[in-house]
Amino acid sequence: MAEPSQLSHLIESFVDSSRSPTQQVREMQMYLTTTDNIIRARGILLLAEVLTCLATKPLDNATLHSLIGFFTDRLADWKALRGALVGCLALMRRKSSAGVVTSTDAKAVAESFLQNLQVQSLGQHDRKLCFELLECLLEHYPNTVTPMGDELIYGICEAVDSEKDPQCLMLTFHIVEVLVQLFPDTSGPFASFAGDLFEILSCYFPIHFTHPRGEDLGIKRDDLSRALMLAFSSTPLFEPFAIPLLLEKLSSSLPSAKLDSLKYLSSCTSNYGPERMAKHARAIWLSIKDALYTSLQEPTLSFTSESLDGLVFQENEIAKEALTLLQQVIMQNNGLFLSLIVEDEDINIILNAVPSYESYNDIPLQGKLKLFAAGCILSISTKTSVACCNMIFESFFPRLMEILGLSEKNLSGDHSPKDNYLISKRLNFGALYLSVELLAACRDLIAGSTQIACKSVSTYETSYCMLHSFSNLLTKAFCSTLVTSHHDADIYFGVKGLQILATFPGDVSPVPISEFENILITFMSIITVNFKKTLLWRLTLKALMNIGSFIDRNNESEKILIYMRIVVEKIVSLVSLDDVTMPFPLKLEAISGIGTSGLNYMLHIIQGFEEAIFANLSEIYVHGNLKSAKITIWLLECYSNKLLPWIHENGVFEEVLLRFPINIWKQIESCVDFSVPEKELLDAMMTAMKHAVAFCSEESQNEIIQKAYNVLSSSTSFPLKESMALTIPFQLEGLQLTQKMDNLSCRDEWILSLFASVVIAVRPQTHIPNVKVILNLFITTLLKGHVPAAQALGSIVNKFGKSSTGSEISSDCTLEEALDIIFQLKLWTHQDNGALLRCSVTGSEMGHTDLCQAVVNNKLPQILAITGLSWIGKGLLLRGHDKVKDVTMIFLECLLSNGNALPLSQHSLENSCEQDLHASVMKSAADAFRILMSDSEVCLNRKFHAIIRPLYKQRFFSTMMPILRPLIMKSDSLLSRSMLYGAFAHIISETPLVAVLGEAKKLIPILLDCLFMLNKDAQDKDILYSLLLVLSGILTDKDGQEAVVDNAHLVINCLTGLIAYPHMMLVRETAIQCLVAMSELPHARIYPMRIQVLQAISKALDDSRRAVRQEAVRCRQAWASIASRSLHF
Amino acid sequence: MVSELINANPIVYEKKERRARSAPIAVEEYAVEPIDQQEVFDHVRDIKDPEHPYSLEELKVITEDAIEVDDQQSYVRITFTPTVEHCSMATIIGLCLRVKLLRSLPSRYKVDIRVAPGSHASESAVNKQLNDKERVAAALENPNLVDMVDECLAPSYD
Repeated sequence: MAEPSQLSHLIESFVDSSRSPTQQVREMQMYLTTTDNIIRARGILLLAEVLTCLATKPLDNATLHSLIGFFTDRLADWKALRGALVGCLALMRRKSSAGVVTSTDAKAVAESFLQNLQVQSLGQHDRKLCFELLECLLEHYPNTVTPMGDELIYGICEAVDSEKDPQCLMLTFHIVEVLVQLFPDTSGPFASFAGDLFEILSCYFPIHFTHPRGEDLGIKRDDLSRALMLAFSSTPLFEPFAIPLLLEKLSSSLPSAKLDSLKYLSSCTSNYGPERMAKHARAIWLSIKDALYTSLQEPTLSFTSESLDGLVFQENEIAKEALTLLQQVIMQNNGLFLSLIVEDEDINIILNAVPSYESYNDIPLQGKLKLFAAGCILSISTKTSVACCNMIFESFFPRLMEILGLSEKNLSGDHSPKDNYLISKRLNFGALYLSVELLAACRDLIAGSTQIACKSVSTYETSYCMLHSFSNLLTKAFCSTLVTSHHDADIYFGVKGLQILATFPGDVSPVPISEFENILITFMSIITVNFKKTLLWRLTLKALMNIGSFIDRNNESEKILIYMRIVVEKIVSLVSLDDVTMPFPLKLEAISGIGTSGLNYMLHIIQGFEEAIFANLSEIYVHGNLKSAKITIWLLECYSNKLLPWIHENGVFEEVLLRFPINIWKQIESCVDFSVPEKELLDAMMTAMKHAVAFCSEESQNEIIQKAYNVLSSSTSFPLKESMALTIPFQLEGLQLTQKMDNLSCRDEWILSLFASVVIAVRPQTHIPNVKVILNLFITTLLKGHVPAAQALGSIVNKFGKSSTGSEISSDCTLEEALDIIFQLKLWTHQDNGALLRCSVTGSEMGHTDLCQAVVNNKLPQILAITGLSWIGKGLLLRGHDKVKDVTMIFLECLLSNGNALPLSQHSLENSCEQDLHASVMKSAADAFRILMSDSEVCLNRKFHAIIRPLYKQRFFSTMMPILRPLIMKSDSLLSRSMLYGAFAHIISETPLVAVLGEAKKLIPILLDCLFMLNKDAQDKDILYSLLLVLSGILTDKDGQEAVVDNAHLVINCLTGLIAYPHMMLVRETAIQCLVAMSELPHARIYPMRIQVLQAISKALDDSRRAVRQEAVRCRQAWASIASRSLHF
Repeated sequence: MVSELINANPIVYEKKERRARSAPIAVEEYAVEPIDQQEVFDHVRDIKDPEHPYSLEELKVITEDAIEVDDQQSYVRITFTPTVEHCSMATIIGLCLRVKLLRSLPSRYKVDIRVAPGSHASESAVNKQLNDKERVAAALENPNLVDMVDECLAPSYD
């Protein structure tokens, strides 16, 4: 038979618009009626497929009638059954717009189906078609098939009985579900069949799915289970059979059976209705309890540094489902179930046992589990509804209070003696736990249903009154626990209890506002005084954050005011206080924690924070107080790492973001002179500045940069005159400028660095005033070794002229002009360098050849210039600008040049360390490639709005390789060759592996030479390691291995050399791993190297590091077993 | 082939949790980690018993305490305990241990393999055989024996 795709193709060509189905039938007449079984079957199937394809083509009733009549008759022809089924289905599924089968015909189909088909004797695909046809009949013609009553139900029972195929089962379950809906009447024909039908269904429960991979069929166990569940719960008539079965399976030891039973029970409960379920209530309750007790596992107290989850029970699906079921049944019939819970013996026993254990550690494991189970049950039943909440509170709360020692009697008397009493007595853990669970559930109930909260308080009078009367005592008890107890569990629940009491929703809270105040005061005293108890401190901070975000979310203005007064103001005052008792990092943690819990608090806090920063800074500026410097660094780090990102994420606070940089500039402007030796402080300031500016909008950035520019231009050291431009005057001034820069004052250095930070962080659209002058300024300062200036330059050229609208923003200078300014400074390169000539796009006059010779009379500035140029190059590379080629050419010239040919050093040959310096110039040129390729944290990244072209690394890699390879081959000087290798290594190790793999064959020899060269110097170990990782990436890839085969002996020589690399353990380990990968190459290739490898490896067995030895054992085995086993033992 | 198992029903013990080496975060680059008891134990623990699909560790033929290592003197001594006294597999187990250590330890090591005192009927004969260089070499010339040893060692290389 033709492939399905061919078949449909054929049909499509066959059925062109001119032919109607009637014509086809006529043409096919012989094939449809022949006595040859095979031809007839094919003919009918072809007609059926044609009809399937023509589902949207309108047909008149007469045609439809005759077609369906034909297929209906054919259902009896079991030898050609497939076609008949497909044809019936195609016709029955037609949309009404294209003409549908009439109900009389449908009835005929159904009758013929029931009469002729023995579904279970058919093959899988035919069965599936049968079930689809049945489903279609039931869904599309309910009124036609319903009158068939018993006959239909019986037929379906027979058809679905003992079906085993998953796909068919999905259909049969659905058929049952639909069938049941056709006969909703409890006394109708269906009632008598319910038992039989359920018997057929029940043998599938619980679903036991053995197909190894569910995805073959697109059906998973869960799908089947869900379909069966829908069938189970489809009619209340199943109740007498289903519930006992489910309860029985619930007691099975198979976890999946338990889980399914619980799920099915939930589903059945909601569909069977309360009356029917009532008689099973006790049995269900016992089963739930049992499932809970047996499924819980040992709890772990997890109070490790990061997670503060408290009492953690293993996440358990059975327990979760059991609790869902419990909630469901309580919701349906609360009186009955609550009385079961309240009168339950087990729970009473647990409660009675509570007083006998004082602390958490005293309770045996079983006791803990029971306690936890009871907690879950009470909590779930409290949460279910207000009435439940009242009932549970009535029956359990007074008892718990009594155990805690807060009995009713104490309420009436005066408070003073009890305060002492409370503090002296330790709270019982069990009771503490249960009452906190109850409180939490009650809080969730009230908070969850806002409608209830709006109604009058009287609806949940009982629980409300109880809580109201006890709130004072509870608060005190919890507070005293925090102070006196040293046990983690007590502390955890104490804090949790207080947090819950403080987070009852505002107007209906049973906890008076004065208690809320007390709680906050207690927490704050812990924060400020008890910071040595780490756990308590952290829990408290977390609770305060929760309370803060809760009242902020619910807009409780009164509480927010109190919170502001007690918590926020106090915590802000912490940073400004000169209080040394509390460690500063803790202060910062507290403040950032509180700040991030709500916008209002953050606004308040950030203001206090900035004030503290500026106060400290002015202390530094004016008095040179270095003690403040440390604190300021902390403050700035916290500001840029925690507060700023939060502000940015949570809404637009443009003015807040703007305020900080502007104020920094104002402050610097007002301080005429200061001197701070701390480099770290400047770094922190720059980071904070960059982040603050980066988050700002374009307008704010314009404002900031204008302000910064004003400060910069007012500084005496930087004569930023408009007239200062490209021409000769600049050279002279530039000369003076650089001379001045030698004794740049501290303040000026700060101004310059911060200005560079602003420039680094601005958006591409932001207008930088007077770009040409700024460019000149940065160029001259970078020659003094000022790296931020270089980064700022890189950032400028990266973002130049790319606005969102595409129009040129900066009117006073274009990118080309800017680049000209940069490249005309000939200090980058040789006097007679062709590369430079090529790169001057506008052909501006080349008369400044000797510009920098006076300045650069030794090599040091050249190194600085190269570093600077590499940042500029990076800016160009990221945006994909052509000029990056010229920049790299300059580096390459540098790498290739011989010492005495360098023009800039022509007149200084007398310098004895000339050669050394020359080498370091070349080294810096090689390192420039690292700067070009690697990702930077400090500038030119997405955070600072750099323009980054996709795949720029790959592109650079593929441009550079054809240039570098011949250069390396031709190079005859050892020094420049090794430097070229360095550049090669930097490029290749930063390129994505995919790109390298494509070129692997050509690159391998150079890569190996490169590894060999880097092997010599301990300083190169990091780059050696990253290069080795590239090699190992190639070796572990399939295509890469093919590329290696030809050079196998070279690779092995290189790797065996690296096995003994003394300077880095990771290199040795990786080299051995590479050798393991090599052992998988074709046998003939590697066999000759076997002895060599084994000898090298046997030395690695005695390596000083364990990881290397382990790899060596593996590698040795891999190589020893490629040939005869008897080695030299 | 119908051959009686020597110990048809051995007691299988639980595997010990693999002790994770607490790797200090910032190890000094040139620090030395000497070969120790645990490392040698890690080499031999997964060797399969010649007649059962269990590892020597699971059968308690080898325990960590039965290994003695002196890295300075390049000396290792392993004392293993056959599951039954008349176990004829003792020599095979010993041979496996020796081959595994030959392949895993640096060549400077001297390896001494013994049966635990009182755990085997012909204790001294087995000890002598296992520590006789010539006899070990001769055994490894026998292809059947080498196949057997390699089969037992296979799981210890995973």
